[in-house]
Amino acid sequence: MRKIKAVHHEPFVRMSKRDGVPLWKSLGIRLIGLTLALIVCAVIIYALTQLNPLRVYVAMFKGAFGTNKRIWVTIRDIVMLLCIAVGLAPAFKMRFWNIGAEGQVLVGGIASAACMIYLGKTMPTLPLLVIMFVLSLIAGGIWGTIPAVFKARWNANETLFTLMMNYIAIQLTSFFVAKWENPFGSNTVGIINTTSKAGWFPPVFGQMYTLNVIIVLIVAVLMYLYLRYSKQGYEIAVVGESENTARYAAINVKGVVIRTMAISGAICGIAGFIAVAGASHTISTSTAGGQGFTAIIVAWLARFNTFIMIAISTLLVFLEKGAVEIASQFDLNDFVSEMITGIILFFILGSEFFINYKVRFRVGKKGAGK
Amino acid sequence: MTQIISLIQAAVVFGTVILFGAVGEILAEKSGNLNLGVPGIMYLGGIAGLIGAFLYEGNAANPIPFVSLLITLAAAFVVAMLGGLIYAVLTITLRANQNVTGLTLTIFGGGVANLFGGTLNKMAGGVGQISVALTSTAFRTTIPGLSDLGAIGKIFFSYGFMVYLAIFLAFLVSWVINKTSVGLNLRAVGENPATADAAGISVTKYKYLATCIGAGISGLGGLYYTIDYIKGTWSTDGSIEKLGWLAVALVIFATWKPRRAIWGSYLFGALFWLFFYIPGLTRSSQEIFKMLPYLATLFVLIMGALRKKREDQPPHSLGIAYFREER
Repeated sequence: MRKIKAVHHEPFVRMSKRDGVPLWKSLGIRLIGLTLALIVCAVIIYALTQLNPLRVYVAMFKGAFGTNKRIWVTIRDIVMLLCIAVGLAPAFKMRFWNIGAEGQVLVGGIASAACMIYLGKTMPTLPLLVIMFVLSLIAGGIWGTIPAVFKARWNANETLFTLMMNYIAIQLTSFFVAKWENPFGSNTVGIINTTSKAGWFPPVFGQMYTLNVIIVLIVAVLMYLYLRYSKQGYEIAVVGESENTARYAAINVKGVVIRTMAISGAICGIAGFIAVAGASHTISTSTAGGQGFTAIIVAWLARFNTFIMIAISTLLVFLEKGAVEIASQFDLNDFVSEMITGIILFFILGSEFFINYKVRFRVGKKGAGK
Repeated sequence: MTQIISLIQAAVVFGTVILFGAVGEILAEKSGNLNLGVPGIMYLGGIAGLIGAFLYEGNAANPIPFVSLLITLAAAFVVAMLGGLIYAVLTITLRANQNVTGLTLTIFGGGVANLFGGTLNKMAGGVGQISVALTSTAFRTTIPGLSDLGAIGKIFFSYGFMVYLAIFLAFLVSWVINKTSVGLNLRAVGENPATADAAGISVTKYKYLATCIGAGISGLGGLYYTIDYIKGTWSTDGSIEKLGWLAVALVIFATWKPRRAIWGSYLFGALFWLFFYIPGLTRSSQEIFKMLPYLATLFVLIMGALRKKREDQPPHSLGIAYFREER
């Protein structure tokens, strides 16, 4: 008997899918991932600057939350990222890969900037803001609906389609920037309506960015309720789980796809409105600033849970602000923030695996298992 | 006439950057991995090559152009492969979502490259001061004699060797995918990994190799851009990222066929630079012209979906992680 070699070795590692994982465990795994990421970043920071990484992290914290003004800028950027992520959530829940948030934000921004430029002198701020809001929403909605129609009717790959729409939107933005440039020849639009502040968010409670926060929180809560408790939200979930099941249940799949993407694009358009009217007061190809892509990661990692989205947005914006600060303090350049963000996201993505799968190593000596 | 020749030259040089990117990406996508990290990988390849050349030229007593060329190529290829390896580990072994991982890789690659690029600029004493003249010249050397043959010489022979390397690689990858058993297995993995697995093909191995080698090839695009196209300097203006996305677009345009990517890349280059040769355009209407490559890609994507020709479709399992025990 002993002479027969075991043909089937037990593999060195075995993986199996978990059915579900208690919250504390999944949070714990994520925390371990995050800690590992911070350690790796610390090693890299030390290698680059020879500085005590702890001091660097303290400097980062000060960079993001050091002064009252910085806190508000950080909050402004968090809600912007959150707004886009909230917009993406329904699309992702439907398993529709909307990579086009960047473009949807930009067309929303173009619509807002156009209103500020052409209507700025004609009406008071409140109706102007309402018109800007509506037009940005429509612009973003249209930009999101186009790929959805092609997906629903002819099954065109939505990942690639929305990706292309981004670049068309970027070129469209460049077109308008060149058209509206001010002063002539600068190739930037400059701050629009500097003196009249027409179309700017008015300060609420003495703060510049209060309105940004209010709008985004309203949108986020509405989206939470929509996905959780509305019939349409349920339809989205069914289509996302299985299109065949949805069809069997007499859900109009094509209609749901188009409707959901219109909503998704519209919310991204609102984000563009906030970026232009509530933050930069100008338009450029960097109005979306890659946030459309970052938000994809936020929405995906949070599994569409609004509260986790807030946490992840906060983490990412904190990293970005902090890294800009250490870059200027320790004479590196800003791109250190992108590197750190990348490393941390890699670890978070990696830790997802250990939440979804169980890993068991072979115990005992080779061939001991039968 | 001279205008047309110069447009063709601009198109070929521009096209070569994205051709490398696209050929590498086709290889990866054939295994079912939709790697949206191409821009990041091209960034990594570009900066690694530049650092390699910079260090070698700065430290060697008598730098030899050919050695420098090899070091640069190897550095770009290996570092880009490492970028691909990060993606491969996360998506293949850890089954992370491909889109999200790819986008993260793009953020990461851009960050790393621009961080080191900025530092390199500072070490060299300012933007545009990096001097890797020796290596850059080696890359830009044309075939002696042939490039002087008037118009034909200008159109076909006025480029550095990497233009021809890109064409060669496109043919090579096309041959491997379509004519060898390795390619057959690779396509099987990309179309239906479960069936491939049942047939005894190691899905993991194929996916890893295709993704990493593909990333190496894509990285050469970044190298060509930094060393040849902008003559061995570094600017942090995000141009490589744009080119990387164009490479992703080209993969769709070429309907996952490397040989079609060759003329597709030159067409993209011509479309991209067309505005420069049309008289009377304002600066704003130039921007509309620059949309053309993306519009062309959308057109091909839509036509592919409308006509439903089987050979023009994406690999069937594109974007989906494979887990043997899942049905």
